[in-house]
Amino acid sequence: MAILLTESSETVLAAARVEGEHLWLSPVELEGATGWSSRPEGLCRGSLCVPIPAGREREFFRGEQIDAAALWRHLGQPLAHSADGSAWVFGTSAADRAAALRSLEAPDFTLPDRTGRRHSLSEHRGKKVLLVSWASW
Amino acid sequence: MWQDLYEELKDHGFVVIAVALDSREGDPLPWIEAAKPTYPCLIDRDHRLADLYQMVNVPQAVWIDERGTIVRPTEPAGAYEGFRRMDRVTREVPADAARMTAETKATYLNAIRDWVRLGQASSHALDAERARARAPQPTEEAARAHVFFQLGQHLIRHGQPEEGDRWLAEASHLHPDSWAIWRQRAGVNELGLAAQPDFWARVDALGERRYYAPIEMEGMP
Repeated sequence: MAILLTESSETVLAAARVEGEHLWLSPVELEGATGWSSRPEGLCRGSLCVPIPAGREREFFRGEQIDAAALWRHLGQPLAHSADGSAWVFGTSAADRAAALRSLEAPDFTLPDRTGRRHSLSEHRGKKVLLVSWASW
Repeated sequence: MWQDLYEELKDHGFVVIAVALDSREGDPLPWIEAAKPTYPCLIDRDHRLADLYQMVNVPQAVWIDERGTIVRPTEPAGAYEGFRRMDRVTREVPADAARMTAETKATYLNAIRDWVRLGQASSHALDAERARARAPQPTEEAARAHVFFQLGQHLIRHGQPEEGDRWLAEASHLHPDSWAIWRQRAGVNELGLAAQPDFWARVDALGERRYYAPIEMEGMP
């Protein structure tokens, strides 16, 4: 049992096996939490596939299970987990953030207002948007 | 500050989206009640916006055109650091610093008006080459800091405040340029602002470096 947070989701992983730096998931849980799945050509998300280096299969696969943490590190993405391994955060690398910002396509997000209603930046396509941060502190 | 501008320009295809980088969801509510915004005012307890747009402080802003293209990357939203010259007992700001703060803000708001009227023909809307040249360049340390921040906030919300705070401290250590991470974690004074002596000590440690980066915009004082 563990919880996996990404930039857009929070998934409870009922069948996860946490062993130190390893997060072993079933294929269904891996895909549900991260969008990545195992295919003959490697580990894939959408049309992107990452081959597993020959001879290193055991770092990623154990029977039916896949080590999601090993996959994330292999992708060059940052991650962290709580001391007891019950909470994991899978983040996005500086290189991917930089590429997204250089593309000039404004990264979309969805956040709640004070009533809990969720708003996405993309709902405002067709208008000029001043996106501004503030804080109470 | 943004409500008047929004009311003035909303019928010209313009919207403000204000995002509170506030981890304790109740904290921004009194401010929102007081401002009575009619534009979307969102609450971002994990500082996701700071990660996506590489924001390190408030107020910072990004201009996004009708097609979802960034025409001004992250920069201070008309903010000038006149407060650094404040008398820390009386909270008075010298007249020349106050004037600079007011002129910076007025210039910025006029630039927004110009952009809303003229679109890409406005000199303040950057073409792709200039916008790309100003795109923030995140470091791997900053990327890891945002991961640690999200983990810390999750733990604080789920009954593990001590471990959570250790992750926030580590996040701030990894990403020292982020005032948002530091101030979110810092104590607050009687005004509800993270402006205790340790805040001023950190500001003073900047020396010649800026608290708010200069806004590279035609007409800025």
